[in-house]
Amino acid sequence: MKLLSVKSLKKYFPVKKKLTAEPLWVKAVDGIDFSIDEDKVFAIVGESGCGKSTVARLVLKLISPTSGKVLFEGKDILGLKGDSLKAFRKSVQIVFQDPFASLNPRKTVLDTLSEPLKIHRIVGKKDMRDACMGLLKKVGLDPDVMNRYPHEFSGGQRQRICIARALAVNPKLIVADEPLSALDVSIQAQILNLLQGLRKETKIAFLFISHDLKVVHYFSDTVGVMYLGKIVEYARTEDLFREPLHPYTVILLSSAPRIGPAATTRSITEGEVPSPVDIPPGCPFHPRCPRRFEPCDKIVPELKESKGRLVSCHLWNPWSVNRQ
Amino acid sequence: MRLLKVIGKRFSRNRLSVIGAVTISCLIVIALFAPYISPYDPTAIDVHNVLSPPGKAHPFGTDELGRDVLSRVIWGSRVSLKVGFVAVGIAILIGIIIGAIAGFYGGKVDAVLMRFVDIMLAFPTFFLILAVIAILEPSIFTIMVVIGVTGWMDVARLVRAEFLTLKERDFVVAAKAMGASDLRLIFRHVLPNALSPVFVAATFGVAGAILIESGLSFLGLGVQPPNPSWGNILTAGKDNIEVAWWLSLYPGIAILITVLSYNLVGEGLRDALDPRLWDMEV
Repeated sequence: MKLLSVKSLKKYFPVKKKLTAEPLWVKAVDGIDFSIDEDKVFAIVGESGCGKSTVARLVLKLISPTSGKVLFEGKDILGLKGDSLKAFRKSVQIVFQDPFASLNPRKTVLDTLSEPLKIHRIVGKKDMRDACMGLLKKVGLDPDVMNRYPHEFSGGQRQRICIARALAVNPKLIVADEPLSALDVSIQAQILNLLQGLRKETKIAFLFISHDLKVVHYFSDTVGVMYLGKIVEYARTEDLFREPLHPYTVILLSSAPRIGPAATTRSITEGEVPSPVDIPPGCPFHPRCPRRFEPCDKIVPELKESKGRLVSCHLWNPWSVNRQ
Repeated sequence: MRLLKVIGKRFSRNRLSVIGAVTISCLIVIALFAPYISPYDPTAIDVHNVLSPPGKAHPFGTDELGRDVLSRVIWGSRVSLKVGFVAVGIAILIGIIIGAIAGFYGGKVDAVLMRFVDIMLAFPTFFLILAVIAILEPSIFTIMVVIGVTGWMDVARLVRAEFLTLKERDFVVAAKAMGASDLRLIFRHVLPNALSPVFVAATFGVAGAILIESGLSFLGLGVQPPNPSWGNILTAGKDNIEVAWWLSLYPGIAILITVLSYNLVGEGLRDALDPRLWDMEV
């Protein structure tokens, strides 16, 4: 059984321009499927605004989907209530992008870390300090910092506290929503190593959301490339980085900064990401695609298997149209 | 706690607010120790010394029944203090509950509660209070409750606005994802971060409540004679203004100083608690 599987998940947000007008819909997540095995890391990559964070919130049951399902250990999380919801909350934790916003400024580290332990009655009052000390050690912080407030820490240290808070309940899955992008590069490496170490130790699965391809390459087992609310390529990490198939993936990979002489010529996208309110007909990527051809602006490509991975592009699914 | 230190430091930078705070502290001490400080019994009638001007025996003079005005002003501060704090306490309690529910749950709950706030705001408060007191029996207790029940709307709006932004913040979302109950989210995470504007509003509210009480007592709808209150001393002053200016002047000055002090402290608090300035100095 998969730890987490997401089935044709959709989330549309209404935008009302006028009170009386029919609302327009932002298709933040427009029918995506993926699954995560225990102990594995699934990464979602994509530009800002492609719906990555909405996926995170849907998986955490912080917002409810327009349609589709999120199954955690085989159970649809939409119907969870009472004790089963509490058990779900204990199994899935989140680490946010901005470590400055994700800690309550009025609570000490001890208060922050002991809260999940209290909510799920994992440790009694007497052992609280020891438990928090253990958590701080796990994330590489000095246990003496326990009585300090968040504003006394640097971004990297705060992110460690956030990770410690997520670890407190021994979760099965951690949703990490761009956990590194607010940090300095040197700190990013430290936090990434911390996460990698935790994976080996604890067998926690991750839904890792990022726009940083180097990090994704290093950390994840499978990758889904998102564009305008859809997954356009879904592959094992090493396959994707060895040979990207979808033109969008190709562009993403070639636009990542690299040290040393460029091995490939850089392909550049034309134009901006279209508004998710007004998604272009046919393939959503076609206005910016350097390799577009006849069917691209008419027929929506399906996510189909090609070369051992899933890709939604007419170039790789020649059977879906009559190629000329 | 370091945060308090920073707030204290920033508050003390405003001279006028510090003067206000000191004055309020003095007024509180005077009110608490009124029985020991006041030279005479505030209700003791002395027919031999009716309307005597300020002098050695009676520094603030006496009123039309020969009662010592200084003692009455000192005892009157008790009424002002009590009304100010209790009325504002009631207003804050109602305001926080309604504002928190509206802001946290949003949607229809929010719409209904905020329209109710609008309706309450549409009433001219002072006349509403007059009408209520005309029906009920005028007493200090009725005044406190009525001022509180008609004065919570601003607090509710402030709390709601804070809740609307705070509930989307990552630390609240993280706590929710962790399985925290709504009550825990409201009281442990959102409310403590939403209180600074409430403190400021409360300080201004105390000043407003004291003014309303004085007004009501002046009109004879508040504290009933012979019990002293700054407002009802003024009523006596109005009748005798041509012969006894001291009857109007001293309670008037007491009201002025008190209200001004609370307003100055409120302003200082508003600047000291402004969260936009925190990160720079913390």
